[in-house]
Amino acid sequence: MLAPVVHVLPMTRIRRHRLLPITGRVLVRKGQNVSAVDVVGEANLEPRHVLLDLARGLGVGIGDADRYLEREAGESVSEGDVLAGPVGWGKRVVRAPCSGKIILTGRGKILIEEEVEPYQLLAGLPGEVVSLIPGRGAVVESIGALVQGVWGNGQINFGLLRVLIKKAEDILTVDKLDIDLRGTVAFAGYCGDEQVLHAAAELPLRGLILSSMAASLIPLAEEISLPIVIIEGFGLLPINSSAFNLLITSDQREIAVNAEKLDRYANQRPEVFISLPVNQMVHEPRDATLFSPGQKVRILRAPYQSQVGTLITLKPGLEVLPNGIKTTSAEVELNNSIKVKLPLANLEVLE
Amino acid sequence: MESTDQSGTSLLAVDVGEVNTRAVLFDVVEGRYRFLAIGTARTTAQAPYNHIGEGINRAITRLEDITGRELIGDDDRLIVPSKLDGSGIDMFVGTLSAGPPLQVIAVGLLEDLSLASAQRLVSTTYAQVVDTLGLNDRKKPEERLDMILSQRPDVIVIAGGTENGATNSVIRMVESVGLACSLMAPEQRPEVLFAGNKALNEEVETRLGTLTKHYFAPNVRPAIEVEQLSPAQTRMAEIFRSIRSTRIPGVGNLDEWSGMRLTPTSTAFGRIIQFLSKVYDPAKGVLGIDVGASATTIAAAFDGELSLGVFPEYGLGMGIPGLLENGSIEDIQRWIPLEVGEDYIRDYIFNKKIYPASLPVSTEDLAIEQALARQAIRRAIFAAEDGFPKKIGRSGIGMLPWFEPILATGSVLTRAPSVGHSLLTLLDAVQPTSITTIVLDQSNLAAPLGAAAPINPYLSVQVLESSAFLSLATVITPIANTRPGTPILRLHVTYESGDETSFDIKQGTLEALPIPMGEAARLRLQPLHRSDVGMGGPGRGGSVRVVGGMLGVVIDARGRPIRLPRDPSRRQDLYKKWLWTLGG
Repeated sequence: MLAPVVHVLPMTRIRRHRLLPITGRVLVRKGQNVSAVDVVGEANLEPRHVLLDLARGLGVGIGDADRYLEREAGESVSEGDVLAGPVGWGKRVVRAPCSGKIILTGRGKILIEEEVEPYQLLAGLPGEVVSLIPGRGAVVESIGALVQGVWGNGQINFGLLRVLIKKAEDILTVDKLDIDLRGTVAFAGYCGDEQVLHAAAELPLRGLILSSMAASLIPLAEEISLPIVIIEGFGLLPINSSAFNLLITSDQREIAVNAEKLDRYANQRPEVFISLPVNQMVHEPRDATLFSPGQKVRILRAPYQSQVGTLITLKPGLEVLPNGIKTTSAEVELNNSIKVKLPLANLEVLE
Repeated sequence: MESTDQSGTSLLAVDVGEVNTRAVLFDVVEGRYRFLAIGTARTTAQAPYNHIGEGINRAITRLEDITGRELIGDDDRLIVPSKLDGSGIDMFVGTLSAGPPLQVIAVGLLEDLSLASAQRLVSTTYAQVVDTLGLNDRKKPEERLDMILSQRPDVIVIAGGTENGATNSVIRMVESVGLACSLMAPEQRPEVLFAGNKALNEEVETRLGTLTKHYFAPNVRPAIEVEQLSPAQTRMAEIFRSIRSTRIPGVGNLDEWSGMRLTPTSTAFGRIIQFLSKVYDPAKGVLGIDVGASATTIAAAFDGELSLGVFPEYGLGMGIPGLLENGSIEDIQRWIPLEVGEDYIRDYIFNKKIYPASLPVSTEDLAIEQALARQAIRRAIFAAEDGFPKKIGRSGIGMLPWFEPILATGSVLTRAPSVGHSLLTLLDAVQPTSITTIVLDQSNLAAPLGAAAPINPYLSVQVLESSAFLSLATVITPIANTRPGTPILRLHVTYESGDETSFDIKQGTLEALPIPMGEAARLRLQPLHRSDVGMGGPGRGGSVRVVGGMLGVVIDARGRPIRLPRDPSRRQDLYKKWLWTLGG
């Protein structure tokens, strides 16, 4: 059976396609080294247009208005520039109400695309631009430690990692967010208190990596301007032992937090990445595999949610779960040596 | 129905769902078409595969393992036609529901007329309206332009202008759409469907020209009082296929295998329900429910007229938070026969969104999963009712129209621990009225049969008549305005054996008559306290022949709508009792 794979790797090579949602401008060059917050490209996702009625502005008929045009489609204009006129003894003119670019003219009208702040696509991780995708983005490659999450609030940043978690099932409380954490990325356990998110934003932290969070905090987390990555899911869930061990041994390292939203159709997944200098050959991790005995697996939902174990055997045929559902299952030995039978649908390979 | 020519008649159907891909094999056995076997694999439309081919190959390979029949040749292509050694197949059909819902802007004139029709048209496939443009929205032309550019829709559906009606205002809308398209990169332009005043087709063609791929369909609102969605639905299905082919690798190949007839799963499902409605009692409709990961589909057909509603916001996969956006936690909580906190339910929903393929293991999680299914079906039916014909039989205002039969499918129902769980979930969610039969499509065959119907109607009919579909029960629903415990129906049962029995049904109860599967019995229904059993009005009874389903005949006297106690322990007691009545 096909097995989903989640990566928690102390050393790997990754390539990420960083793509604008629409055609825009690519601002990096091949071979360039980028940081997580460098702008790879930009595009105008939410354009604003102004349609001016020249005929009315000049006080002439629609058929005559175009004769008085002073500017052409494609030209850039600044606020206050004369676009058409002057007309008559009063020297009536039509001026640009904003800076921007003339898109269309004709039939007594002029359409201007206003200059607005473009959407900026960030690199998301430190690395080298290994190829460009014209008009859409670039491929960034890097080597280092990778931990993939399941939810992100759409922000990206980087900073020094500070470990606030002592054990996998810790709960993050406001009192743990000291002022000396300002400007760092905090790694903590479960967050179920909105005051914690407010405090993190006020410090401000440059990123927050949580084992889990209350789903009721999603609207607030999506508004906050620091990246938040959740490793396990929603509800009080301990972090899996592999991610826990990797991150607590990375205290004080610089970590990139790419909290982009999970979108499996668009190949997007929130993740944190620690760039490491290496001389040796490091391969890209595999993304797909089949379930087989000996694999390290993570459990996706209760019971034993977020625990890590080893797949011992794949059960032939269908097995009956405690609630009576029949499904394909596997026997998994948890890290505490307990053996449990779980549906394959609730497992993913951890590597 | 007997087929006339059954040589070379095997058919392979592949359905690519959000979570699972199914390969289903049909062939002739002893002179009639039969469902032979099904192979299932994970759908691979998403990362890391991003190509549905892997899932399809695995599902077909599984089917080969089960049947021992070689379907894919050494050249990795389907063996078509079948060979004398039994390998291969003769026909292939494909259905698809995988992929994020299409993002659509609906454009019309008046909010309650053409714009409403455009929105209903969108809801006939896996799509959602992200914004609307209408005469009354007070947007300036440049604001319309900005809205279209910011939303980046996959499709724009334009309706408006009755036949011989408005023209100028429709053309202004089309101009806004054309201008927006001209400002987008060619590969990012939406496909456009014009289903408005036919007299404008030429002008629309002039304005959209080579700007973007565009389609025409007969006016969805030819007159103020007339709505016709069916012809435009075919176009919507075509657009769905076109966009999926460009966005999800492998869909184009599946379409080719299907002879360029790849069908949205919901369309194929609706086709079967529409067919059944021509066969069954025209006084009642036929209701189809497909509760899947990508959407919950409600197909209701009345004497051959189909009303199809596809609701991604009520799917049990990535769209599942839609249950919270379009309802409250309490709405879900009431269906859980346990003390479960709001936070736990909310967390459960968002975890399910992350892992839509995961399964509940504990009894508690199963109860939540089934509660979510109840709420999804219920909300979807409410939303779909807007498109039902106005003049249809029902037991009262706010009650479900009369349906016979009700056919349901979806993993949450077919994978339930027992048929009792499936039936109770459906009874709670649908709350049928009158006398009806509830049928479970255990192997998700309805959509494949709907896809097969245009190329081999005999196959669809004969498989529908076979035992591949499981009749759960004949359900009788007496509705009365009395206190719980009051007798509301006197039943006299005459079994095929000649045995007879009589008893009263009390308000608030759920009872099952153990009439064996497939056996008939005659019931004399005598309503008490002017209860309505759907035999002509309150207090009117009569005699009816019923056939036992898997759970016999069920009398659901719990009232409409069902009102559950707020106290979880009382709810749990009731639920246990009802489940026990339905065989546990």
